[in-house]
Amino acid sequence: METLLTPALKEIAIDAVIGVIKLAVIFNVLLLVFSLMTYIERRILGFMQFRRGPNRTGPWGILQPAADGIKLFFKEELMPEGANKFLFFAAPVVAIITAYVSLAVVPYGGPLVLPFYGPVSLFGRPINIQIADLDVGILFIFAITALGVYSIVFAGYASNNKYALIGGLRSSAQMFSYELALGMSWVSVIMAAGSFRLNDIVAAAERMNPWMWLLIQFPAFVIYMIAACAEVNRTPFDLPEGETELVAGFHVEYSSMKFALMQMAEYINMMTVCALASNMFLGGWLSPLPGVIPNSPLWFFAKMGLLLFVFIWLRATVPRFRYDQLMNFGWKRLIPAAAIWVVLFSGLTAVFGEKKTPPSTVAIIAPAAGQVSR
Amino acid sequence: MILDVILFYGAALVAIASGLFVISQRNPINSAFSLIITMCSLAVMFAMLGSGFIAVLQVVVYAGAIMVLFLFVIMLLNAKQEEGERMGGIGRAGIILGVILAIQSVMVVWKGSSILPANHRDTASVDVARGLFSDPRFLYPFEATSILILAAMVGAIVVARKEKGK
Repeated sequence: METLLTPALKEIAIDAVIGVIKLAVIFNVLLLVFSLMTYIERRILGFMQFRRGPNRTGPWGILQPAADGIKLFFKEELMPEGANKFLFFAAPVVAIITAYVSLAVVPYGGPLVLPFYGPVSLFGRPINIQIADLDVGILFIFAITALGVYSIVFAGYASNNKYALIGGLRSSAQMFSYELALGMSWVSVIMAAGSFRLNDIVAAAERMNPWMWLLIQFPAFVIYMIAACAEVNRTPFDLPEGETELVAGFHVEYSSMKFALMQMAEYINMMTVCALASNMFLGGWLSPLPGVIPNSPLWFFAKMGLLLFVFIWLRATVPRFRYDQLMNFGWKRLIPAAAIWVVLFSGLTAVFGEKKTPPSTVAIIAPAAGQVSR
Repeated sequence: MILDVILFYGAALVAIASGLFVISQRNPINSAFSLIITMCSLAVMFAMLGSGFIAVLQVVVYAGAIMVLFLFVIMLLNAKQEEGERMGGIGRAGIILGVILAIQSVMVVWKGSSILPANHRDTASVDVARGLFSDPRFLYPFEATSILILAAMVGAIVVARKEKGK
C-alpha cells in the first residue's frame, strides 16, 4: 500500500477526503437550515400578520418541517397527461443541482478556529470553511444561476398546462431582466477588490474596514438586494406563481417530492444570494467591531440571517408587482441605475486612485444617482 | 494524472452523447436541452485545461444566455415535432465531412498523450485581464469588437421595431 501511494497521489487522496468531509458537513447543515427556514418564515409571517403560524407540531411547532416532509413523501406523484416525461423529471433535478452547486464556492468563514482548541487542521492542512476556493468565484455563481433558469422554463413547458407555460415564460423573462442588474451591481465590488475570488473580496473589506466598505458600496448593495429578490422570485417579484392569475405558475402540476425539491431549490437560492451579499457587501465573517470582537463564521451566519429576515419581512409587507411594472422597473430604472453607478465608481477610482476612493465623494454622488434613477 | 484522464473521457463522452441527442431528437426542446449539456461539458474541458475564466464564460454566454433565447423562440413559435424527411444531398455530404472530422479528432487524441505542454500553468482571470487590457495588440481589436456588437444590437432593435401607425 505504501509503495502504491506516490506523494502526488497521496495529495489527491487527502484533498478528496477533506473535500468529501466538507461537502457532507455543509450539505447537511444547509439542509437543516432550509427546513428551519420554512418554519421560521411562517412563524415570522404569522407574527407580522397577527396570526399564530404553525404552533401545533412539537414544542412551539418546531417539528412542522419534519411533518411537512413526511406528508410530501407520502403524497401521490402525479404525471400530467401529455407531459414531456423526461423534462418533467429533469426540471426539479436541474433546480436542486444548480441551487446547491453555487453554494460550493461561497466562503462561510476564514480558517476554522475552534474556541479552546485553536486552528483546526486535517492531515497537516489548515481547514477553510469553503468547499472550493475558485479564482472565478463570483462568475461561477453567475453562471450557475443562469443555468438555474432552465429548471423553471422546463418545468413550465413540460407540464403541458397553459398556466405552467405562462408562468415559466414570465419567470424566465423576469430572471433574465434582473440578472443584468444583478451582474452590474457586482462590478464595483469586483473593481474595488481587484478579484473575482470571494475570499479576496472579504480580505479587501478587511483592509478597508467593513463599515467603510459597506458605505462605499451601498448603492451597489441596494441594487443587488432588489435584483436578487427578483432573481429568486421572492414576494414583491413572485409573479411566476401569482396565484390570482396563474394558479401557482410553473409548478402547478408538481406534487409530492418533486414539488418539495422545487421549493427547496427556491429556499437554497435565497440563502445563496444572502450568503453572497453577506460576503460581498457586509464583510462576511469579519466582526463588525474589528479588533474588539474576533472574526468568526458566526458573524457570517448572523449577517446572512439578517438579510434572510429582510426577505421575509418584505414578503409580509409589500404587495406583488404587476407584470408591466416589473418590466418597467427592471429595464428603465434598475439597469440604468446600475450602469450609472458602474460608470461613476470606475470614474472615481480612475481619478482618485485605487487606494483611496474618497467615501465623502461617494456619499454625495449616491443620492444623486438615486435621483437620476427615479 | 489518472484523475484528469477520467475527467476528460467522462466529459468527452457526455459531450459526444448529448451532441448526438441534439440531432437525433424529434422534439426541438429536447434537442435544446441536449445542446445545453454539450456546452456545459465543453466548459468542463476548458476548466481542465486550466482556464476557469473561459469555462465560466462558456456557461454564462452559451449555455446561459444564447440557449435561453433558443428556448424562447422554440416555445413562443410553438415548434412542432420534426417529421421524418428524406435526407438530401447536403445531409449526405455532412455525414461524410463529419466522419472525416471524427477520424481526425480520434487521431489527435490517440497521438497526443498529453495535449498540454509540461510548463503549462493555470490562467487566472487576472492574467486574462492583463493580456486584454495592457497589451495594445489586443486592446484595440477588443474594443473595436465591443463597438461592433453594440452597433449590431442597435441594428437588431431598429430592424425588429414596428413602425408607428402600422
